[in-house]
Amino acid sequence: MKTDHAIDACNVSKIYGAGARAVTALGDVSIGIKQGEFFTLLGPSGCGKTTLLRCIAGFETPTSGTILLFGRDITHTPPNQRPVNTVFQSYALFPHLSVAQNVGFGLKMQGKPAAEVAQEVERVLALVKLEDFADRLPQQLSGGQQQRVALARALAPKPEVLLLDEPLSALDLKLRKEMQSELKRLQTETGITFIFVTHDQEEALTMSDRIGVMSAGALMQVGPPREIYDHPVNRFVADFIGETNFLVGQVDGQGLRIGSGDVIAVPLNGQTGEVTLAVRPEQINIGPAGTGVAAKIIDMTYLGTDTHYTVALGDASTLVARVQSNSGASLSVGDSVGITFDAKAVQVLAS
Amino acid sequence: MARARSFDVTTLPGFAITAILAFVLLYAPIITLVFYSFNGGNSVNQWGGLSLKWYAIAAQNEAVQQAALRSLIIALWAAVIATAVATMAALGTTRRGKFKGQTFIYIVINQPLMVPEIVTAVALLIFFSSVKIATGYSGLGYLILAHSAFCVPFAYLPIKARVEGMDTSMETAAADLYATSWNTFRFITLPLLLPGIIAGAMLAFITSLDNVIITEFVKSAGQDTLPTYMLGQLRRAMTPEVNAISTALLALTVLILIIFYFVTKKRD
Repeated sequence: MKTDHAIDACNVSKIYGAGARAVTALGDVSIGIKQGEFFTLLGPSGCGKTTLLRCIAGFETPTSGTILLFGRDITHTPPNQRPVNTVFQSYALFPHLSVAQNVGFGLKMQGKPAAEVAQEVERVLALVKLEDFADRLPQQLSGGQQQRVALARALAPKPEVLLLDEPLSALDLKLRKEMQSELKRLQTETGITFIFVTHDQEEALTMSDRIGVMSAGALMQVGPPREIYDHPVNRFVADFIGETNFLVGQVDGQGLRIGSGDVIAVPLNGQTGEVTLAVRPEQINIGPAGTGVAAKIIDMTYLGTDTHYTVALGDASTLVARVQSNSGASLSVGDSVGITFDAKAVQVLAS
Repeated sequence: MARARSFDVTTLPGFAITAILAFVLLYAPIITLVFYSFNGGNSVNQWGGLSLKWYAIAAQNEAVQQAALRSLIIALWAAVIATAVATMAALGTTRRGKFKGQTFIYIVINQPLMVPEIVTAVALLIFFSSVKIATGYSGLGYLILAHSAFCVPFAYLPIKARVEGMDTSMETAAADLYATSWNTFRFITLPLLLPGIIAGAMLAFITSLDNVIITEFVKSAGQDTLPTYMLGQLRRAMTPEVNAISTALLALTVLILIIFYFVTKKRD
């Protein structure tokens, strides 16, 4: 098997229930996660990302398919025999054990001698900067500190793969930002493969080496953040990652005839018939009336660095354009303008 | 401000009088009993001066001593056995999702709460007498077994409540951290359930301690517990000695209930 892969999920399906009430949580998902990478499973709630994570952890057994850990089949290995640890969304810290006992639990269960456990606990607590809290109970710590304990506890047994199930969702924005860079640092320092589950696209974009976007139990697209953002393969990915305007149109010669009747130049790869155009707000340029597609500004929102303009086209379809606030343009609601698209950046998706 | 005030039971007509009546009914007899336990005279309803005489008499009465010791031995064993069974039952019925026959199992476990005690008593009498004939054993074992059985639901209910209130993510996390099923139980589940288990054990203990009907039917000759001894005494001459023993039992129960309160209050 490919040994540079930490995890290989091969045709993994998970179906709950049977017969007419069967629910497919995962439908034939295959994915290879490389050793040492920060991989994020991204998708809305109910898309199957957590189910896939739980299959890797061993809390769920796939209905069909196999899961390999460095080429070894672990599909039916119980969780306590997998060298894989999890950071839970709720942290799941043991309330009756001190921070040090929580962190040392995995090592103790592995049968490591007490002296070694103590030494490792000290090392890992230093790694998450909680040396001074070893004797506290979890409920005496703040949310951010509990999060670090959960991380330390999962890292202490030096797992081959670390699974993180939306671990930052309970933290406030500032703490979340801090923990994002903290996680990235820990991942680089330990060299452990991280599989991170989140529904927060920004979190995914900032932290990941690669992202797997999931929807309705299927993997939509796998790739580095930039590729996912710039070249979404379908409407779901384009819509879920960042903000996107969609324009449906008919391929007409070398361009696309959209609802307003205008024809725009787009990069076509032999598509014909009806296609969907995905345009990021920053890829729309607002110029004077008479250039490009005729439009009218119907709303604007000042956001500091940027300003969002909502424009209506001839057929009343609306688009959102993002313009740098200091670009000098003085536009106001009601103005007639002409919009042009950055032809190289827009994406043509199959409808 | 509050236009639609929520329903308040205290505003119902006759609430105060009903409440007072209920409390009088509950506590007047007990207060009278306790009061006359300090009677210097020989009657349970004629005051003869304040005295601890009857406590001294009860304490020196060898039959009382033996009955008390027997009661404690049976109650301790019954509490231990019933709590162990109840803990397993609570884990078995709540830690595995819904399963077929769940309600049936629930009824089976709680059967002693529903079946009239006299029926169980007669059944045990008949059953144990044939066992006695077959084995020749006639020790305290029968009483311990019988008490263990009817104490199970009393131990089961608080433990089950505790298990239900306990997040399964603790056990999942333990399994994730290389703990075997046994180690998960020993280091995580059991310590977290402990307040419920202690509460269950104390309820079972009290329930065993004051049982009369089943004990009366199951006991062999000379196996009086404190309650059956008192019942025997009442058939003869009633003296404040019975009041003294009752008050002592009451004090023990109140003490256990206070501990129970603090143990269950301290959860998390």
